[in-house]
Amino acid sequence: MKRRQFLKSLSAAGAATALPMPAIWSSAKAQARQETLLVVSESGPNNVDIHGVGTNVPGYEVSWNCYDRLISHEMKTLPNGTQYYDRDKFKMELAEDMNVGDMSATFKLRKDAKFQDGTPVTAKDVKWSLDRAVSVGGFPTFQMGAGSLTKREQFVIVDDHTVRVDFIKKDRLTLPDLAVIVPCIINSGLVQKHATEKDPWGLEYTKLNTVGSGAYKMTKWTPGAEVILERNEDWKLGPKPKVRRIVWRMVPSAGNRRALLERGDADISYELPNKDFVELRDAGKLNIVSTPFSNGCQYIGMNVTKPPFDNVKVRQAVAYAIPYQKIMDAALYGLAKPLYGSGLDKVKEAVWPIAHNYNTDIAKAKKLLAEAGYPNGFETTLSFDLGFATVNEPICVLTQESLAQIGIKAQINKVTGANWRTELNKKTMPLYTNVFSGWLDYPEYFFIWCYHGKNSIFNTMSYQSKEMDAFIDGAGAAATSGDKAAYETNVKGFLDLAFTDIPRIPIFQPYSNVAMQKNVSGYQYWFHRRLDYRALAKG
Amino acid sequence: MLGMVLKRLMLAIPSLIGVVIVTFLLTRALPGDPAAYFAGPAATEEAVAQIRKQLGLDQPLPQQFVRYVGDLARGDMGVALTTGQPVTTEIMSRLPASAELTLLGLLVSVLVAVPLGILAATSPGSMIDHVCRIVTTAGVSLPVFFTGLVLVYVFYYQLGVAPAPLGRLDVFFSAPPQVTGFYLIDSLIARDGEVFVASLKQLLLPALTLAIFSLAPIARMTRASMLAVLGSEFVRTARASGLSPGTVIVTYAFRNAMLPVVTTLGMVFSFLLGANVLVEKVFAWPGIGSYAVEALIASDFAPVQGFVLTMAVMYVILNLLIDILYGLIDPRVRIEA
Repeated sequence: MKRRQFLKSLSAAGAATALPMPAIWSSAKAQARQETLLVVSESGPNNVDIHGVGTNVPGYEVSWNCYDRLISHEMKTLPNGTQYYDRDKFKMELAEDMNVGDMSATFKLRKDAKFQDGTPVTAKDVKWSLDRAVSVGGFPTFQMGAGSLTKREQFVIVDDHTVRVDFIKKDRLTLPDLAVIVPCIINSGLVQKHATEKDPWGLEYTKLNTVGSGAYKMTKWTPGAEVILERNEDWKLGPKPKVRRIVWRMVPSAGNRRALLERGDADISYELPNKDFVELRDAGKLNIVSTPFSNGCQYIGMNVTKPPFDNVKVRQAVAYAIPYQKIMDAALYGLAKPLYGSGLDKVKEAVWPIAHNYNTDIAKAKKLLAEAGYPNGFETTLSFDLGFATVNEPICVLTQESLAQIGIKAQINKVTGANWRTELNKKTMPLYTNVFSGWLDYPEYFFIWCYHGKNSIFNTMSYQSKEMDAFIDGAGAAATSGDKAAYETNVKGFLDLAFTDIPRIPIFQPYSNVAMQKNVSGYQYWFHRRLDYRALAKG
Repeated sequence: MLGMVLKRLMLAIPSLIGVVIVTFLLTRALPGDPAAYFAGPAATEEAVAQIRKQLGLDQPLPQQFVRYVGDLARGDMGVALTTGQPVTTEIMSRLPASAELTLLGLLVSVLVAVPLGILAATSPGSMIDHVCRIVTTAGVSLPVFFTGLVLVYVFYYQLGVAPAPLGRLDVFFSAPPQVTGFYLIDSLIARDGEVFVASLKQLLLPALTLAIFSLAPIARMTRASMLAVLGSEFVRTARASGLSPGTVIVTYAFRNAMLPVVTTLGMVFSFLLGANVLVEKVFAWPGIGSYAVEALIASDFAPVQGFVLTMAVMYVILNLLIDILYGLIDPRVRIEA
């Protein structure tokens, strides 16, 4: 009998839920909805401290919004109206004044800056945080090193509110590197209370708690499901953020993310397949902002240490056999910036990413292949990362088809996401597609990682060229000394060489796509391509 | 009885030890390198090596295994890299989510499948029998994620009657204080009607998806076992004695046909618990299946091991429960070790 009653009540409740929500669903809820921004994305953070071991990219987003840095970037407006960070203009954040000398930079801290627990931000916290970034190892230390910030001695406390950063060498990337996500300022007193002998930097504590001075603080985190951030009402380092509460839900199914946007339930989302973005844009019900990745491109790479790709003519033949336009249309639905068919023998501007002069030309490709001594082509494998299969798979299938026309039989090798990095690091794949983008948006920064003879792991082709190294080093030196003419010559030099030697074939610059409701405004494009909640507004 | 239960549990120990060893070896045999994965896109070789050391993956396998077993003995299943949380707490918080969904799905399924199976068995070859066949064939041949997406499309996107597929609760509700981890029960304990209704609404579509998928084995098994029982002599005797068809079918036939149905239920439940990962993906359900798959994709060892171990324990307990239930249904059955 009890069971029956239970079942009865269950079905009654079921019937009740089928009814639309009553209007009295409290006006407080409606108000809450107005002040809350619902963000949906595929995956969430695994760690909210960017200094943590293996913190993933969604974790960067929490760090960016919950911590402040000494300096940040101003915004500029692109011709299409998008707010885009200005690489060349710094904005003071925790610092109120920055004095850059010959071999050091001195930062005066704002006296009104407080951590979220109320303790003031002092020079001691800044030194401790920067020390931590260069000491914990892994990605944060690597990123600091990219700006020649490697030793703890470089960070000097002058007085309670003044910090000096000494340069170990002149490097124009040092200051921009202080404005990336990594050198965030952490509440050192609070973290040290939770530090242990085994964990001197308190990484276990900051993994789960945001202990910064930032405009938002994380109030709830259910890994794999939800992150809730609340506005820090005491934040004074900029205009008060408009949105009181950010609810960030993980919705793994792309179809559902789209449905949530179209139904008006979710306010903002990214990481949708290009096809969805194009359809959403054409439907016109949502705001779609597409911005090319800064300093990044998708490319086809070739291992130049082994035949047949050690032969420059083979590489050029492949470059003429890539079905560029088909890739743009069928794989990307036009949502990317083409990097091919410039129509110029030599690059005109010293900027990167820039288009090369290859186009799909099967006859030319065949001729080059014959000249290289492969008139009947050869067999090889074409690898891609399954983690980004929506874009990679069509690119590889189209390329395979096109290569077959010049006699190159490429077998497609799908590598699971977990294994991709390992495979790439081995540098043994003969032919593959991949994306690289750098946070610091300077051509020589990209090239020193991807083309330089010091053979970093991003030089996935194992490309070696003395001439190339000379251009890259020359550009770096010219940038530091401020010699504009020499800089341009060198940058153009390495661009032209990269295109004639063509160890990797740039195809396009991917777009960072964000879809939001019409009443959401204030989206800003940042080098890290994650959202800055401080500027967003609703209504 | 208690002695029997203990004996049965003792017998499960060797298989659990086997599970521990096999999952440990299998996860190590996965092609991915967790250190390279978690070092991120911008990691140098030294950075990867550093992370490998921090994770203890640079040690020889036997040493890693000893450490793993040692931790396990203390109830520590390690830390998941994908979510950054201890595996034990994650499984504890995610298991109720999956169990609540699976149980409700199973309940709906039973409520539909058992009557359907009985009706089909009482009049084989009739319309209702064909309907039963079509419904079950369709249910089992449609992939769960497809059914789920169709339901979302129709009831959420087109009709707007179902809530957004955003997991266990709408964004503007907070979870009831945890007692059992089942939101329906916890919200009743907390006497929070709004949360109860909200979580029930979130549950309906995914539970329905699971129910559609699991209809087939239950309905078919009910039908088959009812057919066998209905053809037996005692049913003929009961009918000849002039008992009403209702009494014959429910009291005499169905009680005797229940055993295989209960076995099937147990199997379907344990199967659904692990296999509802696709439903969890579609409905953004923070369950245990999606947890394990995400970990597997990232070759994150600890959660995979924890998941398999938990599942093994659940199977053992479930089988035991079903055996006990057997004894209750049919006094002739005795639990034997």
